[in-house]
Amino acid sequence: MFDSVSLYRKMLTCRRVEEAIAGLWQEGLISGEMHLGIGEEGINAGVLDHLGDGDAVALDHRGTAGMLLRGVEAAAIIKECMGLEDGLCGGMGGHMHLFSKDHLAASSGIVGSAGPTACGFALAAQHLRPKKVAVAFFGEGAMNQGMLMESLNLAAAWDLPVLFVCRDNGTAITTSSPAVTGGSLEERARGLGVSGKNISGVDVEVVWHEAAVMLDRARSGKGPSFLRTTCLRPQGHFLGDPLIRMVHKPVAEMKPRTGPLVSAAMSSGGASIAQRLAAITKIMAMIGRTARTQLGSAHDPVLQMRKKLKITADDLAGLEEEVELTVKDALEQALQSLPAGGEEATK
Amino acid sequence: MREMTFSQAIEDALTQAMKEDQRVVVFGEDVHALRMNLYTRFGEKRVRPAPISESAFLGTAVGAAMAGLRPFVELILIDFLAVAADAIINQAAKVEAFSGGRWKVPMVVRAGCGGGYGDGGQHEQSLWGWIAHIPGLKVVVPSTPADAGGLLLAAIADESPVFFLEPKLLTDDLLEVLGSGGRTTVTYDIPTGGRSGPVPERWEPLALGRAAVRREGTDITIAGAGIAIHRATEAADLLSGEGISASVIDLRSIAPLDRDAVLKDVESTGRLLVVDDDYRDFGLTGELAAAVLESGLPARFARIAVEGTIPFDPKREQKVLPNVERIYEAARRLMER
Ligand SMILES: Cc1ncc(C[n+]2csc(CCOP(=O)(O)OP(=O)(O)O)c2C)c(N)n1
Repeated sequence: MFDSVSLYRKMLTCRRVEEAIAGLWQEGLISGEMHLGIGEEGINAGVLDHLGDGDAVALDHRGTAGMLLRGVEAAAIIKECMGLEDGLCGGMGGHMHLFSKDHLAASSGIVGSAGPTACGFALAAQHLRPKKVAVAFFGEGAMNQGMLMESLNLAAAWDLPVLFVCRDNGTAITTSSPAVTGGSLEERARGLGVSGKNISGVDVEVVWHEAAVMLDRARSGKGPSFLRTTCLRPQGHFLGDPLIRMVHKPVAEMKPRTGPLVSAAMSSGGASIAQRLAAITKIMAMIGRTARTQLGSAHDPVLQMRKKLKITADDLAGLEEEVELTVKDALEQALQSLPAGGEEATK
Repeated sequence: MREMTFSQAIEDALTQAMKEDQRVVVFGEDVHALRMNLYTRFGEKRVRPAPISESAFLGTAVGAAMAGLRPFVELILIDFLAVAADAIINQAAKVEAFSGGRWKVPMVVRAGCGGGYGDGGQHEQSLWGWIAHIPGLKVVVPSTPADAGGLLLAAIADESPVFFLEPKLLTDDLLEVLGSGGRTTVTYDIPTGGRSGPVPERWEPLALGRAAVRREGTDITIAGAGIAIHRATEAADLLSGEGISASVIDLRSIAPLDRDAVLKDVESTGRLLVVDDDYRDFGLTGELAAAVLESGLPARFARIAVEGTIPFDPKREQKVLPNVERIYEAARRLMER
């Protein structure tokens, strides 16, 4: 049964935890890159709501919400992002390399690697855990990675209980995915023997129902499925994404780039004027595309679910306060774990 | 003489190469953004964004190089080589030998390498020992803007597959995007030298496989490449305060490896300390130890390298990567032996 209140709570928790992580990153308490799943909550929650003990999940570089939804403590995840000794992986992995053996949940920063890992989890399920499944999460960019395409075929050939979930935001870092992708992704999966569907990831209920059917198939030994879900990602590829910065502060961000760009466009030796104009047009299109990723409420899965909830305003306020408090508590736990002089840690 | 940052030198030398030779084509993920200026100037046909298909586009570079182009592949990070290992290890590296020397593969793979900005052990490896292990491949690691441009031209002009590795702590562009992302709340232990410096008015290729003596000393030889050179130079300053005179040899190229330059210096100092941002086992440090043993020189030897997967936690990462303190301590211990 689709439980809208429970799904809303899960999505909101993901959103708030990731916002807290973003804050820590801005403050310099998290080092390196930070890829968040804000805008993808409908997909993550709609699929993972169906998983239970013994089911497995292979995540990519954007796996924070996936771990949370599998039941890993928020504080353990936040601490791991901060590199603390009492984080989920002892501070050894960081946000791109989250592992929870108890939940059979693993992630990797190498694009496409969730495919083979999920196949392996599914193979183990065939042997050791009948009726259990494995889910792979990845972006549409990863669909061009050889190992992922090979995994689709392997899963079909071996009837592996895998659900391949493609989160399609249309862009891989700065590259328009359609511009570097041949054919359609569903047809590609179908061509490899994995039946697929294409849905919007904004409505968690749609995702939930589709995932239910596909996971049932897998559990009953009918093999893998492919679910392509579309989404918008307002933060860009990662926090501090230069394209997002260009959208928000065009003058400041473009200024240092303009001089070299103009000189590149004008210098002798190089392509024809027409080719140079075509290149500049594509650069402008890239920035325009980025501007269109800013979440209006129509594309926000959390707000969309909130609108449809059939509970009283009081209950809703109570639920939201509870989520805020849980996340605040996790954040406080993480901050308390900082070693003395912790603010200097990443300096 | 002009003054340039490390990243500017690379782009400038690449621009010169593309202007002079139509066969030089650039491809890789996000190159329209990473090389926005070149993309604008030379157009999409010569600066081409690729799908996330490393095995396909590195393999394509091999074929294209065999058939007359001079591909310059942007792999972004050397860690991603693992995905496309076959194209390099079994194809690019083998063609010249298999064809009896009749067919060559003039291609360059450029990638960032190394850590120090807290991105975890899957994005911060150096891996040059892995590449150098394979006959038929070359790999260079510049430590100054002038070397970066000169080695880049040499790599493009070379008839073999050459890896051009760029220590991320020396670059402003990669480090900004992968490390700070516009934040002013993070800083790194960036070496004082190497991020910018004088470069020639016009780039000339540097010879591949020729080390540079960065500092002359009489008591101990410190050898390495990339970031290690700057750390070693700082350590050498500290050591000189204690009356220990260290020479610093910048290998610049891991394969071919300038063993002679190292041996020549060790002949006078009698001590060799190798500093390596790559893994310790089966790598550069052991290779130079073997060179000393084979030469018959009566030298003492020590090494500092990465022992195990690089931790995400920036504090532990700092300890695992070679740093000034470790080099200084190891050099002092070696002096006592
Ligand atoms: C093998 C490999 N190549 C390149 C990268 C660099 N990289 C990290 S994320 C990313 C884009 C991934 O796009 P997509 O799969 O669509 O996922 P998204 O980030 O949009 O969620 C790239 C190219 C990588 N981590 N691994």
